[in-house]
Order: sequence, then structure tokens, then C-alpha cells
Amino acid sequence: MLLLRPRDIACREAVELVTDYLEGTLSPRNRRRFEAHLRGCGNCAAYLEQIRMTIKATGSIRPDDLTPQAQADLVELYRRWRSE
Amino acid sequence: MPRGLTHVFMRESTGFILVACERGSIPPAAADSQGPRLRDVEYDATLVDRLRGGDEEAFVTLVGRYHEPMVRLARSMVSSQAVAEEAVQDTWLGVVRGIERFEGRSSIKTWLFRILVNRARTAGAREERSVPMEAAHAVDPANFDADGQWADPVERWRQDLEDRLEAVDWAPILRSALERLPARQRTVVVLRDVEGLSSDEVCSVLGISAGNQRILLHRGRSRMRELLDPEMRKA
Repeated sequence: MLLLRPRDIACREAVELVTDYLEGTLSPRNRRRFEAHLRGCGNCAAYLEQIRMTIKATGSIRPDDLTPQAQADLVELYRRWRSE
Repeated sequence: MPRGLTHVFMRESTGFILVACERGSIPPAAADSQGPRLRDVEYDATLVDRLRGGDEEAFVTLVGRYHEPMVRLARSMVSSQAVAEEAVQDTWLGVVRGIERFEGRSSIKTWLFRILVNRARTAGAREERSVPMEAAHAVDPANFDADGQWADPVERWRQDLEDRLEAVDWAPILRSALERLPARQRTVVVLRDVEGLSSDEVCSVLGISAGNQRILLHRGRSRMRELLDPEMRKA
């Protein structure tokens, strides 16, 4: 079985898998490879944690905090969406 | 029209556009059975008058006459059907808002198409600008060595984020970071991470595929992390 062990992924590839990982859309095999990489790589683990913190920080914005432009875009999108 | 009424009117009208067009239940422009082909201009003028009076039926009739031609026109200016339809829907909203400004010097058709072309051009320009500018990498490749490993250790962020979110007014920092994202990434990040919609909902709002939604989300969040990085390291 040792021969079938997948080659470890490089950090450069790992950071591209972060969103698929958080979204739960990685294949089981890639998920295992990604998690194995995280266990051995403090930098990528720190990177993933920063992405999580980024999501949390972004989530702390209230819609009222958005600029008028961003808000106008949204109002329009919502209006369409709700009316569907 | 009172302000409140305008709002209701717009929302209902937009809803009607979407529903009606999906079901294909609105008669096409200048349909023979629907009336006065030879007097289109006069007929349109009466529609405009009724529209000014808040007559929703007039709006629906106008949509029936011009929606499809407008989609075809927009389609010729932008790269996808979805963007074209978006430009047309924007145009209808603009019509409802701006009907007071229509002076009748041109036909309503000309007026509609002019608004549409402006919006389609804006959408087209945004597409052109945003595609090459969207970073294809989550992390600047310069951060990795030849083997694809981190060249330097990832600088850790402070762990007391939650306390700091309450103590510091982050809104301006987060807002300005959001503003620096390309438009499509920003929209997806806002809908997902600010408004808390699910990926399915975002796909439905924006009319994009699940794969496309994930790519935009990935690039947007990655870029947000990069922009927040200097602030988050601060003592």
C-alpha cells in the first residue's frame, strides 16, 4: 500500500484547495491529501486559519456598512431574487 | 407617484417581467393580433401616458413588445446570455424610475434601446476589465519557492479576533478591502459572507454555475485575506 500513497501536494497547490475544502466539495481522496498536508505544514494550517478569520471578519460587516454603490448593487439583486 | 408606491410598483413589475418571460406568456412586439402595428408610435405613446399614471398593465404590455428585441440587442454586445438579460432587467428598472424624464422627443423604442445600450456597454466594459484583473492565484506565486513550498513562514495573525472585532471599528477597513475586489468577486463574497446566503442561493441570484460561484468565492476570499493581512498582524 505504501507504493500507492499519493504524492504530497505542494503548498502552492494546497492554498488553491482551501475554498473547495471549506465548501465540502473536495473528492474524498483530495480531502485526505489536503488534510494530510495540513498536518505536516504549519504554514498552510496558519493560512487556512487566516481564511477562516477573513470569513468571520467579513461576516461582521453589516449591510449598512457597505458603500452606496455596493448597496445599490445588492438592493437590485435582492429585488429581482425575491420577486422570482 | 408617491415614493412608497413607486417601490411597490417596481418590485411587482420586476417580478412580472421574470415570471412572464420565463413562461413566454407575453405576446411579442407588434404581434398582428395584438393591435395597431401601423400605429405603433401612437400606441406606444398611450402606453407611456398610462405608465406615468402607474398603470402596471401598460408596463407589462411594453415589456411584451420590447423585452425580446432588447435581449437580442444586448446579446450582441456582451459575452453571455446572463449578462445580456441582466442589462435588460436593469433597463426596465431604469424605465420605471425614469419614466418622468421621458420627453417624447424620440419614440419609446429608441429611448429604451438607448438606455439598454448604455447599460450593456457598462456591463461589457466591466467584463473586459474584470477578467484579466482577477488574480488567478490565491496567493501571489512570489511567496513560493521553486518546489512550491512557502518561501518564508506565513506571518501569524493575532488570535483575539473576536475581541478585536468588537473593540476596533473594522467597518472602514473591511469596506475598503471589499471595494478593491473585482465586481463579480465582490458580489459573491458579499452575498455569501456578509448576507449569509448559501451557495445555491447565490447561484440562483446571479444565474451562475456552482463551479463558477466557487471560483469567484475562492478568488474573492483569497484577495480579502491578502488585503487584511497587514491589519491583522498589527499588535
